[in-house]
Amino acid sequence: MTTSTPTDPPRPTGASVADSTLIAQESPAAPTAITGPGGPIAGPPPTPPPTPAAVPPAQPRRRGWRSLLPTMTPWLALGLTLVGLITLFGLIGPFLVGDPDTIRDIGLAGPTGENILGTTQTGQDVFSQLAFATRGSLQIGLIVGVLATVLSAFFGIYGAYLGGFADEAFSLLSNVFLVIPGLPLVIVISGFVPPESRGLWTIALVLALTSWAASARVLRAQTLSVRQRDYVSASQLSGERPWRVIVVEILPNLLPVLASQFVYAVIAAILGEAGLSFLGLGASNSSTLGTMLFYAQNGFALPLGAWWWFVPPGLIIALFGMGLSLINFSIDEIIDPRLKNARNARRLARTRKES
Amino acid sequence: MARQPVLSVRDLTVIYETEQPVTAVRQASLELGRGEILGLAGESGCGKTTLAYAINRLHQPPARIAGGSVIFHDREGEDIDLLALKDEGLRQFRWSQLSMVFQGAMNSLNPVRTIGYQLDDTLKVHDGSLSRAQRKERAAEVLTRVGVDPVRLRSYPHELSGGMRQRVMIAMAMLLQPQIMIMDEPTTALDVVVQREILREILRLRDELDFAVIFITHDLPLLLEIADRIAVMYQGEIVELGTAQQVHQQAQHPYTRKLLGSFPSLTGSRSDFVRHGSAQERSA
Amino acid sequence: MSSVKVTDLTKDYLIRDGLRRRRMRAVNKVSFELTPGRTVALVGESGSGKSTIAKLLTRLERPTSGTIDVLTDDGARVAGSAYRREVQMVFQDPFASLNPFHSVAHHIARPLRLHKRTQDAASTRSEVLAMLERVNLTPAEEMAERRPHELSGGQRQRVAIARALAPGAQVLIADEPVSMLDVSIRLGVLNLLGRLQRESRLAVLYITHDLATARHFSDDILVLHHGRVVERGPADAVILDPHHDYTKLLALSAPDPNRLGGVVRSTAPDRDAIDDSVCYDHHLGDWVPSGTQEVAA
Ligand SMILES: Nc1ncnc2c1ncn2[C@@H]1O[C@H](COP(=O)(O)OP(=O)(O)OP(=O)(O)O)[C@@H](O)[C@H]1O
Ligand SMILES: Nc1ncnc2c1ncn2[C@@H]1O[C@H](COP(=O)(O)OP(=O)(O)OP(=O)(O)O)[C@@H](O)[C@H]1O
Ligand SMILES: [Mg+2]
Ligand SMILES: [Mg+2]
Repeated sequence: MTTSTPTDPPRPTGASVADSTLIAQESPAAPTAITGPGGPIAGPPPTPPPTPAAVPPAQPRRRGWRSLLPTMTPWLALGLTLVGLITLFGLIGPFLVGDPDTIRDIGLAGPTGENILGTTQTGQDVFSQLAFATRGSLQIGLIVGVLATVLSAFFGIYGAYLGGFADEAFSLLSNVFLVIPGLPLVIVISGFVPPESRGLWTIALVLALTSWAASARVLRAQTLSVRQRDYVSASQLSGERPWRVIVVEILPNLLPVLASQFVYAVIAAILGEAGLSFLGLGASNSSTLGTMLFYAQNGFALPLGAWWWFVPPGLIIALFGMGLSLINFSIDEIIDPRLKNARNARRLARTRKES
Repeated sequence: MARQPVLSVRDLTVIYETEQPVTAVRQASLELGRGEILGLAGESGCGKTTLAYAINRLHQPPARIAGGSVIFHDREGEDIDLLALKDEGLRQFRWSQLSMVFQGAMNSLNPVRTIGYQLDDTLKVHDGSLSRAQRKERAAEVLTRVGVDPVRLRSYPHELSGGMRQRVMIAMAMLLQPQIMIMDEPTTALDVVVQREILREILRLRDELDFAVIFITHDLPLLLEIADRIAVMYQGEIVELGTAQQVHQQAQHPYTRKLLGSFPSLTGSRSDFVRHGSAQERSA
Repeated sequence: MSSVKVTDLTKDYLIRDGLRRRRMRAVNKVSFELTPGRTVALVGESGSGKSTIAKLLTRLERPTSGTIDVLTDDGARVAGSAYRREVQMVFQDPFASLNPFHSVAHHIARPLRLHKRTQDAASTRSEVLAMLERVNLTPAEEMAERRPHELSGGQRQRVAIARALAPGAQVLIADEPVSMLDVSIRLGVLNLLGRLQRESRLAVLYITHDLATARHFSDDILVLHHGRVVERGPADAVILDPHHDYTKLLALSAPDPNRLGGVVRSTAPDRDAIDDSVCYDHHLGDWVPSGTQEVAA
């Protein structure tokens, strides 16, 4: 007699029991285009570039790290493509274009063969500016994403793991940071720091400090539930050091959450920085999509109808945010496998009906 | 004694749509009478939990109900087809009419909330008419029923013993006084004395409120004592359904007889037991 | 070979009561000994402090007072990381005791490496396979690569037992190791524990609420009630000839296939009248006081 055990059965908590099936029904529908089993994507989600090719021969079971990767869907592919292309542009673009600061006498000219996105008021090439600005924004996004994730992981996971006083102190701290209104604080701090010392890192630090708290709380709740599992006790009592228990036993189970928080932090940072720069409080001596918009605004691009000056940076911000969000939806599916099962079941049912 | 039915399940079939589809429940039919305790026994993996989830429509994809019907008979004589209910109707129905104690429920309490908060929340969601004080009183009352000191309302799940957490989950199912309670292995972490107190409490509530219970377990002797009727499941099918007396004395299916024979008696000879067990060591 | 000597073990927890916190004595002056090759069963009511004793023995919690000494054959006390090697535990919930993220091999290999039982990857691997064979998980090669969700409850408990034995543990605490398993699997896992115990002369503390298996798989039984030991003695004596009211109640409540519709419906013996302050010791053949008298749980 074989007794097979299913994947850890869903164990709804009492209060949410009634709603659990509703959640399953709300995952984004998979368009019919994809039929065969999607291959695992290469590389962890937030990292560019997208290489959805190289699908290994269908594997019966996805093991270890691989099971953490989301299934490829058209939405995920679109997200990865957007993020990948924009990242590529930010990485390579600056080497291919001319000096963005070269001042020419063809101010505010529309797109031409020479300047494909036209020029600014002072005759600088918008396309070269765009390349450098994209790089600047990505840099900020990455730095803040990493910093905020590290901060939230430290305060959320480590605090919850230690428990007792440390946990209470850490959660108090994150609650304090949570109720501090982010953007106003950032504005105040940035306004306070004199422009000459207001570099890229300062801005990144300020943005990171105001954005880690929410994720820390999510991570804390997750850690508390994982930490109570017997396997954590088992590894403690076999004599593992605390950091190893955290890194080897707890962290892998939190990776999808961490990844999703990271992606979210990147979006928030790029938007936040754009906002700051637009208000003229951004990093001096660096160029980002936000500063571009700032100069466009100062140069009266809108009233003058110079769309080529402000539309491209705005579009890049929007597309990048959209790409990351799409990736995030796919990560959510790993956090809540029910979403994934729901989609697979629908797909199976459909293919069965068709054949 | 013919009871009025409260739930009729007809030819229910549930399939797990995995790479190789598994028919976990095959053509299951049973009728639950008002005020009846129906035991559902069977070995691990035979589909007990799947059946319970399907009755409650709590099954998650890849599970799919492939056929059959589940009808709930209201006290007012109205019939509700559970499989046809829409989301909102289903949400209303669940927990207030039919509640469930999940298998392994002791580990499904939210670790960051107190017991009291979680009981209160369930009450708040399903019965908006109660005041805060009433809710608190009600929560304390159900907790007392399952033998947990109401002081523990302020405790977090990890501060309770395994059996206490399991009792909290039972209390949560009793909270809204549903007409049907499905209990999936609710007493695995409880000692026999407490287990009996809880069963007695269930029986008492049953007599008082006339609700019905589907009691899932692999502990057949326990069922023989408390259940009015017993259904035995084997590989997704209900192979035996009869009163406790019938099942005990004239079991039809060989599997039922095997199940009945595999229980050590407390006072029996020791060597019997151990020899019997060593044959099974490898097969487990 | 190691034995464990537990003396007057006491553990208080603080629980919130209104705005104050009050002390709750979860374990009250419990003393016992675990010796190589013997199994002691700890039975008792839910919430009576059984798991707390397990946590104290495995040093997941600190005792409020009392001592736990693990002694080697020559009487030396085991301390520090050696203690972690010596005393291991099997948990109740097979679904929570293995990390869903790691393979079976990882679970067993870690303690091996941690306690330097094996030096390199190859010897670790062969030792892992040997451990799996010992707990009857065959084919070991294939089992090693599986992840927990691909195993049944009984198979998971076998992995948990192998993990506990991997560091070379001499003392095994099994906290309700089979209560969440199917009856047909229970005996298999218990017999496995029994065989391993005989082979390696382990000292085993078997925590359970199932009197039948306590009787059949252990040499001595301790009955716990409200954190105090209320009856102790050889397994058969305690079960077949209970003296303390609580033990009697426990024995009476055990489900018996031959007693249809019985005890549940009959009136319950009065539990409030049970006197925790005394303990019947079958070895002495007499009553002894139990626990401290001033704090009632
Ligand atoms: N999510 C799932 N995907 C695929 N198969 C599943 C899933 N859940 C359960 N099954 C299969 O369905 C069958 C019935 O499982 P179910 O959980 O209902 O058994 P059970 O009788 O409740 O067993 P237990 O006593 O162990 O709880 C099993 O063979 C199981 O492997
Ligand atoms: N961390 C904690 N904080 C406060 N109280 C606790 C804590 N851990 C356990 N307790 C209390 O100690 C008592 C004994 O708990 P323990 O887990 O040892 O019981 P048990 O005998 O194992 O019961 P069960 O059979 O239900 O598992 C219980 O009243 C429990 O609520
Ligand atoms: Mg089940
Ligand atoms: Mg316990």
